[in-house]
Amino acid sequence: MTTSPRDATTLDADLTGIEPPPFPTNWRKRHLLDLESLTAEEITTLLDTAQTLKELTAGCRRKVSLLGGRTLANLFFENSTRTRNSFSLAAKRLGADTVEFSSAGSSVAKGETFIDTAKTIQAMGVDWVVTRHGTPGTPHLLARELECCVLNAGDGAHEHPTQGLLDMLTIRQHRGRFDGLTVALVGDIAHSRTARSNMWGLRKLGAHVIVCGPATLVSPRWEELGFEVAHSLDDILDRCDVLNLLRIQFERFSSRPFPSVHEYANRYAMNGRRMRRCKSDILIMAPGPINRGVEITPEVADGPHSVILEQVTNGIAVRMAALWLMVGASVAGEGDVRSHQGGEDA
Amino acid sequence: MSDSTPILIDNGRLVSPADALDRPGRLLLRRGRIEAIDPSDDEIPEYCHHIDAAGCIVAPGLVDLGVEFREPGREEDETIRTGAAAAVAGGYTTVLCLGNSDPPIDTPAGVELVRRIADGAAGPRIRVIACLSEQRRGEQMAELGLLVKAGAIAFSDSPRPTGNSALLKSALDYCRMFDIPIFDRPVDPDLVNRGVMHEGRVSLVLGLAGLPTEAEDLAVARDVRLAEATGGRLHVGPVSTMGSVDLIGRVKSRGISVTASVCPHNLWHSDEMLRSFDSRFKVHPPLRSERHIEMLCAAVADGTIDAIQSGHMPRAREKKMNDLDLAPFGAATLETSLAVVATRLVHAGLMSWSQLIERMSTKPAIIAGLPAGTLTVGAPADVTIIDPDQPWTIDAAQFYSGCQSSPHDGDSVRARVIYTIVGGEIRYTRRPALEHLAIVN
Repeated sequence: MTTSPRDATTLDADLTGIEPPPFPTNWRKRHLLDLESLTAEEITTLLDTAQTLKELTAGCRRKVSLLGGRTLANLFFENSTRTRNSFSLAAKRLGADTVEFSSAGSSVAKGETFIDTAKTIQAMGVDWVVTRHGTPGTPHLLARELECCVLNAGDGAHEHPTQGLLDMLTIRQHRGRFDGLTVALVGDIAHSRTARSNMWGLRKLGAHVIVCGPATLVSPRWEELGFEVAHSLDDILDRCDVLNLLRIQFERFSSRPFPSVHEYANRYAMNGRRMRRCKSDILIMAPGPINRGVEITPEVADGPHSVILEQVTNGIAVRMAALWLMVGASVAGEGDVRSHQGGEDA
Repeated sequence: MSDSTPILIDNGRLVSPADALDRPGRLLLRRGRIEAIDPSDDEIPEYCHHIDAAGCIVAPGLVDLGVEFREPGREEDETIRTGAAAAVAGGYTTVLCLGNSDPPIDTPAGVELVRRIADGAAGPRIRVIACLSEQRRGEQMAELGLLVKAGAIAFSDSPRPTGNSALLKSALDYCRMFDIPIFDRPVDPDLVNRGVMHEGRVSLVLGLAGLPTEAEDLAVARDVRLAEATGGRLHVGPVSTMGSVDLIGRVKSRGISVTASVCPHNLWHSDEMLRSFDSRFKVHPPLRSERHIEMLCAAVADGTIDAIQSGHMPRAREKKMNDLDLAPFGAATLETSLAVVATRLVHAGLMSWSQLIERMSTKPAIIAGLPAGTLTVGAPADVTIIDPDQPWTIDAAQFYSGCQSSPHDGDSVRARVIYTIVGGEIRYTRRPALEHLAIVN
């Protein structure tokens, strides 16, 4: 599925009249829970759709009413600003309504289980529940309990599939492929859902993935699972096409996994000195929030190789694609979303 | 506990390793005791219950080394009455009940309370494992001598591990005066911070906090060393790791009297089950990887592991209906243990029925110091009759237990308890009531 880039003459057009792309015939999934269980083909469809929708909505100030009349519920049991706002904006850009729910001051504080809370929100009539929770597997449990689509916006240290997808979309926009690329994920792999989603997604599409960080945060078992493990950033720098710098999640430690931030930064911070040893076209990524001076120095974060803000922009595209595909799969055969606004029934 | 009507069990296969018995035969129970093996027609009373055990195994009743019956204070999980019903449905004629109720059973009055409620439950014989430490806090010894006097037959803070080595050493020493065993669930508490499953490849992929095998291995190493140093009676269990098996095998070969047990769920399912994120697989000890399972099965078969205990740890549905961090460890296992072990070990050809009865009846009785686990004439008439080949599918919704969470829900198994007889009284049967009331002679 390809859409030609919009030219200047359409910029001021009434976007509600824009022809939506055809619904991918191979899409069946109603939930986006993790990338480990998706096929390479499914991931490619998600990325293609994100690219199409990004181009479709680029520069516009109006909504494309692809998902008009539908409602997204953000059900966040952990703090988040960027992911939650990104999902909300993605929904609104496609004409859907959003409702916000966060655990502070809610019925969760009154002792309700997260499943009951989710069922209550669903009973209000929503099409997607976007959920973030501190415990792995909570979106999977919700997917079994709810009728609507469930999208995982981060479950503990397990997965954060839209983050993985937006990282991949950013890489593909710059490199056009994954085959033959070496991508290093650097930092707190143990506690990182972003790392896991990137690892599965990138590997399925053919990239070579290195996980790099202190031995206490990068298990040797990743090698048994087919990933390269490295503990010295300096040793791998010259081989990498992409460096994705993960935040150290201090809040999750019971005992300190390295002696000091000072020592960590000395071994793993991406700085100007290390940049000079990288390939000339290296991409520097970070899922954020970034800790300047810990995993990345300002000259790198704000330098010419950094695509950190492009990642944020791509986040909306990826989430638009996810919302459209999931709800499209759940009304399969009803000719609803698929034929909405004159689109072809798949 | 004696029923006035004698019971004749006919046509069965008598299996009792304590009596070197594994052959067809008939068994007469009278006045709460085993009256005769292969009685002559003259010895059989005119009026008696007649049980046709054709095709079935007739064995000494199963003995469990540690169940939680949550009463008093945690009745939402299990009461002594529902736990007792579950036990006899699982073929158990004696269960040792842990003192982790609320308040914990750390006083003679607590032991007395449990014994009184148990007497009215019409289930298995229920014996008390009292708390090892005051308030189950793991700091000071409870009044062990007075607890023995009140009827406690073992001590343990399980399921809480005994983290305090000085406490464990003192208690092992002190209990030599009473010849009473201490049961420890071997876990080094410093190494299991927030863990919810076996630490390994699966926990790594799922991002779940792990329970490392070394947390168990270290505790077993400490436990057996303290047993050796004090000469006290120690039972470690349930164990779940290759490291534990290795350590226990080595100390046994040096002649140190330490015993060990495993739970059926650790012989069957692996940590892969946690990929479902279903809290019914959040059990303790945790489901480990295939390598550990194979080693445990071999250790049960060769006797390095002495006993199999159900690991019955009931928890209310509202507690289990939660994510893996919040849901408590636990499952109802009394009603499935025999079938799971028979399917996994006996039908798979790893051990015989006689060995199964030894691990689930004879040895547990010896470890607990009870006159059970035998079909000797004069012994208490505690008998379990098992159809070894009956296939069935485990359905936790049908459990007698107050807890309907099971790691084996939906599993297909073979072997089922047909009768459970406690002190000469039929406490459980799957047959219509009138069928065994035939009068012989």
